Amino acid sequence: MTTTDPAPEVTEEEERPIGFGRLLRKEDPRLIRGMGNFVDDIQLPGMLHLAVLRSPYAHARIVGVDKSAAEAHPKVVAVITGEDLAAQGLAWMPTLSNDVQAVLATDKVRFQHQEVAFVVAEDRYSARDALELIDVEYDPLPPVMDVRTALDPATAVIRDDLDGKTDNHIFDWETGDEAATNAVFDKADVVVSEEIVYPRVHPAPMETCGCVADVERVSGQLTLWCTTQAPHAHRTVYALVAGLPEHKIRIIAPDIGGGFGNKVPIYPGYVCAIVASLVIGKPVKWMEDRTENLVSTGFARDYVMKADIAATSEGRILAIRTDVLADHGAFNGVAAPVKYPAGFFGVFTGSYDLEAAHAKMTAVYTNKAPGGVAYACSFRITEAVYLVERIVDCLAHELDMDPAELRLKNLLKPDQFPYETKTGWVYDSGDYEPAMRKAMEMAGYDELRREQAEKRERGELMGIGVSFFTEAVGAGPRKDMDILGLGMADGCELRVHPTGKAVVRLSVKTQGQGHETTFAQIVSEEIGIPPEDIEVVHGDTDNTPFGLGTYGSRSTPVSGAAAALVTRKVRDKAQIIASGMLEVSISDLEWNKGSFSVKGDPSKSVTIQDIAMKAHGAGDLPEGIEGGLEAQICYNPENLTYPFGAYICVVDVDPGTAVVKVRRFIAVDDCGTRINPMIIEGQVHGGLADGVGMAMMQMIAFDEDGNCLSGSLMDYLIPTALETPDWETDHTVTPSPHHPIGAKGIGESATVGSPPAIVNAIVDALKPFGVRHADMPLTPSRVWETMQGNHTPPI
Amino acid sequence: MQVTMTINGQAVSEEIEPRLLLVHFIRDQLGLTGTHWGCDTSNCGTCVVLIDGEPVKSCTQLAAMAGGHDVKTVEGLEVDGVLDPVQEGFMQCHGLQCGFCTPGMMLTARALLDSNPNPSEEVIREAISGQICRCTGYSTIVRSIQWTAEHEASVTIGSSS
Repeated sequence: MTTTDPAPEVTEEEERPIGFGRLLRKEDPRLIRGMGNFVDDIQLPGMLHLAVLRSPYAHARIVGVDKSAAEAHPKVVAVITGEDLAAQGLAWMPTLSNDVQAVLATDKVRFQHQEVAFVVAEDRYSARDALELIDVEYDPLPPVMDVRTALDPATAVIRDDLDGKTDNHIFDWETGDEAATNAVFDKADVVVSEEIVYPRVHPAPMETCGCVADVERVSGQLTLWCTTQAPHAHRTVYALVAGLPEHKIRIIAPDIGGGFGNKVPIYPGYVCAIVASLVIGKPVKWMEDRTENLVSTGFARDYVMKADIAATSEGRILAIRTDVLADHGAFNGVAAPVKYPAGFFGVFTGSYDLEAAHAKMTAVYTNKAPGGVAYACSFRITEAVYLVERIVDCLAHELDMDPAELRLKNLLKPDQFPYETKTGWVYDSGDYEPAMRKAMEMAGYDELRREQAEKRERGELMGIGVSFFTEAVGAGPRKDMDILGLGMADGCELRVHPTGKAVVRLSVKTQGQGHETTFAQIVSEEIGIPPEDIEVVHGDTDNTPFGLGTYGSRSTPVSGAAAALVTRKVRDKAQIIASGMLEVSISDLEWNKGSFSVKGDPSKSVTIQDIAMKAHGAGDLPEGIEGGLEAQICYNPENLTYPFGAYICVVDVDPGTAVVKVRRFIAVDDCGTRINPMIIEGQVHGGLADGVGMAMMQMIAFDEDGNCLSGSLMDYLIPTALETPDWETDHTVTPSPHHPIGAKGIGESATVGSPPAIVNAIVDALKPFGVRHADMPLTPSRVWETMQGNHTPPI
Repeated sequence: MQVTMTINGQAVSEEIEPRLLLVHFIRDQLGLTGTHWGCDTSNCGTCVVLIDGEPVKSCTQLAAMAGGHDVKTVEGLEVDGVLDPVQEGFMQCHGLQCGFCTPGMMLTARALLDSNPNPSEEVIREAISGQICRCTGYSTIVRSIQWTAEHEASVTIGSSS
């Protein structure tokens, strides 16, 4: 019994578009056979296994480490401590925010589960066994766990490794015009204030982080198979940090089992594996377990945001200001462009036409794991959108106005684009009201409000939540944006083979987004070669041009533009060759997506495949044209792209148990030109499920002694098929004016836009209790407390 | 100790440490890396295999416990170059993105459809609720399984006519 027929609702033509359209994924045939190649699948001859010993304390001085018993284990090859690394000058490494982070602790441990030593052994189990044989003596210190008191003078100083450091302060940052904003607040009819917490969460990809390091002894060549979203950036950082020659480093990111930002940073485990292979001369594998992933790798959010919104009594929003306390953990490991220590939080003005806005922020160290930008947040836009969409709902509550109506009254109008916000961001394009109206129509908004009113009469708790978000994705431009001095641009190379098949090489790397399909479609759209004839090569620094990688929804806005432009460059050359073949001038040719024909005489034409053979074949080419049909470019975006969307969530809350059921979720997204609608829908769906997790289920929590309470998937809850509804999605299309194909990026829109819609819905359901705000995660116990008037912030 | 079982229709007999987990036996010792590992605590279900036709999380089962049983992994779904309809369904309905949870999801789907050829959406959601997917938000997985059920039904009708 088998099936090879296409789905009945999709015609064969739709399944095989030349260019954009629904196209089944090129990645799938290997993945559905279990023939993917993930890092932990890699087995090399003689490969050893590395396991990391971690600190049980959040804050403690290391008195001594005795590794003799571990070294005596018959299957142990090496045991390395922080002191061993320090002797080689490798105990510390730079973070992506120009701070330093311990590879292995030497002086102190600064968060629970920090890396203290590692073991290399012949097999996975022996390496773990030997960890228990290492004896570390600690002198515990008071842990700093409360972001609100981290700057108190009496608080212990975490980063005494930094010269002259006498407090836990990292940076202050502000944006907007404080005086102008305060002046608007002074004259406003209505001012609403709320403290809004975005708790610490974790991306928790299905595949944890890990690598296989293989240093070839004679040549010194390092090959690192690694769970990285940014292979080129990693290679350069290794070269700069460890002094390894860059041309002797090859980073291979094979299939990646989800990233969501978790696989952007360089983790101590990677460095340990490289050092181990270098020292031992054999390949070394390190794969963290789930607990290690949750307790030590890149977390997200952890912002305490005091927000004020000013408006007229008719509901015209005038200004927003915010004062943020940011918990960055023990090392400032935020992945963000250098000039943007708070990421793109400056877009907190949202989708509204304000008179003024101001934000200030203080970032502090605590004895928690480092990180700070991850979980599909588009560089802190998740926090910004949550802030504005929550405080707008608080305003609606105070004005006793419908939250959808309030938004419609204040959304930016199409003729205002490009729109410069009061914090200096230039939104490229937008047509917001149709998206909002479409979502309301899909939801049957007015009918839902009637149903809610009836239910309230009966004491039933039903909530309707609305959010409207604008994202900023696709970093650079490089003049403004770099990470550790590396400009945020991306290269792309296209080579058309003599028979008209092609290979396109990308600097970005899929972790499930479907680049092998989407990028083949972009090239196909521009040059008319069927997508199945275009191979997409990525995730290998030896075989792809330099670029900054996949995160912040930047693949389509940056690398997608590069793919389109490099293809146009090849097409321009093809046109010159075609003019020679048809013996007409270039201007007499017209392009028909796959062939050039003579204007007015379509019978005279050559296909791109004919041209490819000519480019490589016998005979002369037009004057000045070299053989071959290929090109390479590096694309530097002139601006970010600004996707947007309108989301509506409907929840029912059980008044007896406080269990929240997400009944419906309606998402209308606008990501500009749509390359593959099937993949776009998939990206949206995944982000919506993320939103359910963050809004209702998950938080990386700590006790006052610094113990991480969320170190397994029994404690850190992720939505299953039971907590998530069947998503209702649709779209509008407002192309980006500066992107060559008008596309904007979609990978994180739903993760950004869905949490406020869900929280707004739950708060709306609790309106009969007089509730105006409640902090995530809105678990049954926290909803219950809120119903009893006992709501407390989660941190 | 020696353990003997059937994997994807083939008898295997291997010397193992008694504490060896089934997932590591399958992946590291037999080299069948389509079965993935994700959490250690039976929460994520990326390690699901079928034992005597029932979905089992292989990260919390000793290899020794599978002795004498019939184990099926994702590599056993395709037979003689012919895909299982559930594999086709996942491709047709975009039921996977990164592909890491996919083998376990497909095997659970196979077991479900073998016992219930026409499950409701609710039943499908319940069946996969012991497994986590971070990419798809589940709707397309549900649709993939529905597609498979519909297609298997039409094939059955076709072959009986």
